[in-house]
Amino acid sequence: MIFFLEVLIGGLLAGVMYTMVALGFVLIYKASGVFNFAQGSMVLFAALTLVTLLEHGLPLLLAFGAALLVMLVLAVAIERAVLRQLVNAPPMALFLATLGLAFVLEGLAQLVYGTQVHGLEIGISDAPIRGLPLEVSKLDLFAGAVAAALVTVLGVLFQKTRSGVGLRAVADDPIAALAVGLDLPRLWAIAWAGAGVVALVAGLLWGARVGVQFSLSLVVLKALPVLIIGGFSSIGGVIAGGLLVGASEKLAEVYVGPLVGGGIESWFPYVLAVGFLLVRPTGLLGERLMERV
Amino acid sequence: MSSDVTAWASSDADEAASARNATGQGQAVRKDDPPTREGLPRQPALARRSLALRIASVVAALAAAVGLLTVPLLVTDYVLSAILVPVLALALAGIGQNLITGYAGQLSVGSAAFMSVGAFATYDVHLHVPGIPLIASFAAGGLVAALVGLIFGLPSLRIRGFYLVVSTLAAQFFVVWLFTKVPWFSNYSASGVITAPKLVVANVDLSSPGGHYWLSLLVVAPLTVLARNLVRGRVGRGWMAVRDMETAAAVVGVRTGRAKLLAFAVGSFYCGIAGALWAFAYLGTVEPHGLDLDRSFQVLFIVILGGLGSIAGPFVGAAFVILLPVAFDQIGSAIAGGSVDPGVLQNIEKILFGSLVIFILVKQPAGMVRIVENAWIRVARWRARPA
Repeated sequence: MIFFLEVLIGGLLAGVMYTMVALGFVLIYKASGVFNFAQGSMVLFAALTLVTLLEHGLPLLLAFGAALLVMLVLAVAIERAVLRQLVNAPPMALFLATLGLAFVLEGLAQLVYGTQVHGLEIGISDAPIRGLPLEVSKLDLFAGAVAAALVTVLGVLFQKTRSGVGLRAVADDPIAALAVGLDLPRLWAIAWAGAGVVALVAGLLWGARVGVQFSLSLVVLKALPVLIIGGFSSIGGVIAGGLLVGASEKLAEVYVGPLVGGGIESWFPYVLAVGFLLVRPTGLLGERLMERV
Repeated sequence: MSSDVTAWASSDADEAASARNATGQGQAVRKDDPPTREGLPRQPALARRSLALRIASVVAALAAAVGLLTVPLLVTDYVLSAILVPVLALALAGIGQNLITGYAGQLSVGSAAFMSVGAFATYDVHLHVPGIPLIASFAAGGLVAALVGLIFGLPSLRIRGFYLVVSTLAAQFFVVWLFTKVPWFSNYSASGVITAPKLVVANVDLSSPGGHYWLSLLVVAPLTVLARNLVRGRVGRGWMAVRDMETAAAVVGVRTGRAKLLAFAVGSFYCGIAGALWAFAYLGTVEPHGLDLDRSFQVLFIVILGGLGSIAGPFVGAAFVILLPVAFDQIGSAIAGGSVDPGVLQNIEKILFGSLVIFILVKQPAGMVRIVENAWIRVARWRARPA
């Protein structure tokens, strides 16, 4: 039983990490109705920027601030170079553009910062805390706290602030949003800047756990099933989805994996998500879609 | 929200039509024109013209076929086996992807999975069914891929848009895992590598570079014609209706569910056969990880760059995707004399492809094939100008 609990807790904690990445997707989805495939590359880019600055001897806070600035500049650049050009384009074109963007960012990140694996030390231990019956590290607790803080901030941003409401209007119908005088480019830049900040935080935590390397941009694909299960447009749903994916993939790996040769973590969340889609197409907490001709 | 790039891109179709009129070709009976009503006599001039046109097109097709078949006599083995064969294989995969994404409007990032299924199924069928002709194995591989595509396309019945990415990603990761973990599929070889069977068609040995090319051509050419006819017919129109507005398509009587599943099945069939070609005519051996997510992206890029919703597009895109790195290598070594780190080149290439995809989506969503067409129309218009 204690073993089961340990696996469960480990999975839930991994789920928190997935949630963090997934939040970046939700931000952009809520703001432009687009699934941003480049989110993973943004995490990689942010983490590489941070780690390179650290290796040049900058203190953590300063390096974090500088990386934050880089991500904000990047967001504005993306808005100018890509999104502004595609204002009237259908969602699929925007999605494909983010795919191209992912390639640009990955190439750029590795061209500028190199391809070797970096360790990232942020002064929070990832070793299990002694004296607890379950294996939980300080980093796990920190990640959980950061995720909770991010979720709260984003929730308030979308529900209470003028920009947040504007973002939701844009996602609902860009043309109508333009017609009532919302500043589309500014809102998009805000959304992407927000996604950049989330990417930096996610990159920081993931980097501290597994090191900063190329596979970071793939880890992020796991956020996709999280989104599907939680519902693309719901921040609360993403938390539920993240925890569910994290826990179920670890449990499946431990209890089902040995029966079929192991390694099922790589695809189990996706299959779970597809199963969810067939039963609840809009996710646990997603908005119901209406279709008109 | 499944309106599509191609529909949005067709704004300059009018330009094309008016240009055709300007060059006089607009009067010829084309397949897209409304059919003559029965009972009404066809205009004789038009009929004559159409007959002449038909003969001309048959002659042109024959000339093209002869030209394509004699290519191996004209170019080096390197061009054949490192450029033409992979271009043909990837173009076929691109057509499959385009049927699913460009015509039926269903996003898929799993084409490499379907290619992989096609390659492994072809291998297994050829291995376990004694005396089966190679082409029959290819067809069987394609059919198995079609079945797998159909299964992973099932969620398209209930969901739309980006959500399908997940289903096809599931296919992608699951297939790689399956072929790595279950040794039966690769006949218990180390790390799941499969090797090409002997390439013999109708007692002709095709194991030379020229043979590989002929085999690819033999497979790709008829399938291309079939795809073209398919998208021009009732099936293709159904797909495009689903793509442009699914609800409206259902209202006017298109069976949307069936159309989508059919697109997945046919598209995956094409990908499967392309995978078999890629594995056996181009590489000779393939391992499960050789057809991973990156290959899927490559096929998707081929379609975006070449032209979404076009049959010629994937050929243009595939040629571009294969040739650009070759050209890049040449330029790189010419400038720096071979001292450039291949990793650096690879990253620059990545940036270049990504930017090109964005550029095409912004400037010409119908792809390079439309750029070529428009250039051609401009030339024709210039030649037909009043003196």
